[in-house]
Amino acid sequence: MDLLSKFYFNYSRIIKTIKIYLLLAGPGLIVMIADNDAGGITTYAATGAKFGYNLIWFLVLLGPVAYFVQEMTVRLGAVTKHGHAEAIFSAFGSFWGWFSLLDLSIVNWLTMVTEFIGMTAALSIFRVPPVITVIIVVFVMLGIVMSGRYWTWEKITMAFCVVNLIYIPAAFLIHPSVSDIFRAGIIPNFPGGLNGELFFFLMANIGTTIAPWMIFFQQSAVVDKQMKEKDIPWGKVDTAVGSFFTVVVAVFVLIVTGTLLFGQNISDAGAAIVAIMPINSYVGVLFAIGLFDAGFLGAICIALTSSWAFGEVFGWAHSLNYKVKEAFWFYIFYFFGLITAGAVVLIPGAPLVLITLFVQVIAVTLLPAALVFLIILLNNEEIMGKYKNTLFDNITNISIVMCIILISTLYGISTLFPNLFG
Amino acid sequence: MVAIESVFGERIGSILRDSTGKIRSINQKYAKPQIKLSRGAKFALLFLRLYLIFLIVLLGYKFWTIVHGGT
Repeated sequence: MDLLSKFYFNYSRIIKTIKIYLLLAGPGLIVMIADNDAGGITTYAATGAKFGYNLIWFLVLLGPVAYFVQEMTVRLGAVTKHGHAEAIFSAFGSFWGWFSLLDLSIVNWLTMVTEFIGMTAALSIFRVPPVITVIIVVFVMLGIVMSGRYWTWEKITMAFCVVNLIYIPAAFLIHPSVSDIFRAGIIPNFPGGLNGELFFFLMANIGTTIAPWMIFFQQSAVVDKQMKEKDIPWGKVDTAVGSFFTVVVAVFVLIVTGTLLFGQNISDAGAAIVAIMPINSYVGVLFAIGLFDAGFLGAICIALTSSWAFGEVFGWAHSLNYKVKEAFWFYIFYFFGLITAGAVVLIPGAPLVLITLFVQVIAVTLLPAALVFLIILLNNEEIMGKYKNTLFDNITNISIVMCIILISTLYGISTLFPNLFG
Repeated sequence: MVAIESVFGERIGSILRDSTGKIRSINQKYAKPQIKLSRGAKFALLFLRLYLIFLIVLLGYKFWTIVHGGT
């Protein structure tokens, strides 16, 4: 009887914990899974096709990296109740404020174009014309945000996050050798030596793990969700769970392409689907659904990031808790970003490859600044009080930030000058 | 001086006028950094300025090579 009551007590405690988590989960989970956007899936697919399972260990290492950076935005948002754009204006003045805001809006808009490229490529497998894809996506994205409740938007978006896990059944369908995955993927190794090509892939994977919009998005989402200081531990759990799933999805994409397309050069995720379809049409279809979902999640989060940032700085009502007529400019900005990014994909002969490359270069101009601002703000006792960075936080975060700045800069430079690293 | 309204019309002109007024007020509001910057923070901001200049020079060089027929 005693054992039974203990079991029931523990059971109800676990259920209660899960319920609280589901109530407070959202920003961390969404930002991390949306990080596996169309560009991310392309990078993982190309990495798997080129190097097989050999770089799984590297993707696993990137999980904690993403966690440590994003965790800082939870604390900053919960303590200051301001988004990152507003925090930069307030703390560092208008020069850095305008630089961050304008750079963010350019890189976000270009990234949204790449999301639409991914979505149209994915649905073209089902013979859906790009124009129909763009129209439907824009209307669905409008419908999701127009409920007038942050909670509704968040839960619908989390449902799309679940679809992102579709790469897991896709991998099981092709029965990869588990022993091969562990033998090749778990022990750190550099297939073919650390040459220029491998280095480029490593940089691309880091570049897709931490993007500038993620920092702005999560902080604004924490504020919009009205999280308080007492919710910080849950925000951290949310971010940790999100970073776990982002790695899981990345690894399973790599397993799929590493099994089916090993040794091939894949230029984009759409090309990966085309190559997979003749081998296993079920996996090809799942891959296409996953790519569409990745682009959808990325576009919805990135469009919101820009709207939040402009709303914060210009003083517009900028919350998903407002109806359209209460936050007119916030929703107009969101809609305008989406519709123009979608329209670019429909222009015949638009330089889509150039846009995809340009995203990396522009992101490099913003990412170091956003990360440095984050570290400085998190070390300010006046702003953060007892939630400021500890010595351990600083050692970890500054090391990560310095590595990201160095590697993303090299990535940007190698995008500009492809022959530089051999 | 030419009024904005005479160039862009009444409605767009007033939106542009409101926007420039808003930008001016944002610049005034955030004219100076509102936190006390430590020596390390000042150094980090200086590094960022130099880093951005480096990137702009690099982008300019790339543009120059493209214009002159390079890759």
